[in-house]
Amino acid sequence: MISNKMCILGSVIIVLFLVSFSAFSQPKSAIQVKNFEQLKPLLHQQNDTLYVVNFWATWCAPCIQEVPYFEQIGKKYKDKKVKVLMVSMDFPNQVESRLIPFIEKQNMKNEVILLDDPRQNKWIPQVDEEWTGAIPATLIYRKNERNFYQKEFSFEELDKLIQSKLN
Amino acid sequence: MKKQLFTIAFAVLSLALFAAQPIKVGEKAPSFSLKGVDGKTVSLSDYSNEKGVILIFTCNTCPVVVANEDRIIALHNKFASKGFPVVAINSNDPGVSAGDSFDNMKVRAEEKSFPFPYLFDEQQAVLPTYGATRTPEVFLLKNKGDEFVVAYTGAIDDNANNADDVEEKFLDNAINAVLAGNSPNPAVTKAVGCGIKVKK
Repeated sequence: MISNKMCILGSVIIVLFLVSFSAFSQPKSAIQVKNFEQLKPLLHQQNDTLYVVNFWATWCAPCIQEVPYFEQIGKKYKDKKVKVLMVSMDFPNQVESRLIPFIEKQNMKNEVILLDDPRQNKWIPQVDEEWTGAIPATLIYRKNERNFYQKEFSFEELDKLIQSKLN
Repeated sequence: MKKQLFTIAFAVLSLALFAAQPIKVGEKAPSFSLKGVDGKTVSLSDYSNEKGVILIFTCNTCPVVVANEDRIIALHNKFASKGFPVVAINSNDPGVSAGDSFDNMKVRAEEKSFPFPYLFDEQQAVLPTYGATRTPEVFLLKNKGDEFVVAYTGAIDDNANNADDVEEKFLDNAINAVLAGNSPNPAVTKAVGCGIKVKK
């Protein structure tokens, strides 16, 4: 009788353990992976929202420095028609080892998309003719009004720029 | 007096902005004279007996550079004997990117046994004359006898991240075009790279 109870209790513990284990082993953040053709519509949306699209990678030191600024922007303007999109240039084989851990550690709330499209010479000019491919780089657009910045931003600079575009 | 100062300041600023524009294909290649990891100074004029130079702005730290180092070594081994040796320049400011110091350049050059000069643009004086913006970034220079001109700028090939999945070898094709007396097509290509770290 006792052993039966123990047995049931044991099974319950094992089941609970398995359930919690599988819950933990689930990836916490899933990354959207797109090629350029799939990303392109997101760079040409025709609505009232101001889109702030940052091209970055976890391997790019100045980009990492900017990530919190873009997070702050996302937070500050969450009730306005502003949308921040973080397009990662990370190596596709480093998504699990670098990109996802970075997003989790930084507790990033902005949407992150991995652009996995090796023929860079074909798509870089389609983002902006002036872009040489150096990162960090940022595209800010609303409908057909577009500006491209191949540079590093301070928070103040970025915030001022976005404010000026909202006014 | 004040007005003059403003004019001068404006002129210097416009010049700086103008200089930061990448040099264009067909333009004269600016001369340079920089110290290499072996302590020897290397100048563009040292190559006046070559058909050209594969000038590459590079560094120690950029993962895209690391993914291309073996390709750069292979380029030198393939084309130096054909008159197009590689010259590598690191323009990153070690104050911003400590891993790109001269000492670390020596370490990297030794680890990879670079068969080409690896030069340090410590004052970031050469960088604006070419207007390089990223690493790695190639400037293929063609010797016209009395001067070098830019024949091609951009990427090594069409897959910066993965050498095993290259479809078009832009730089190889450009050199072969120059060797055949033709103009490279494409003459300008783009690739994602690490923005060059300028002094703050």
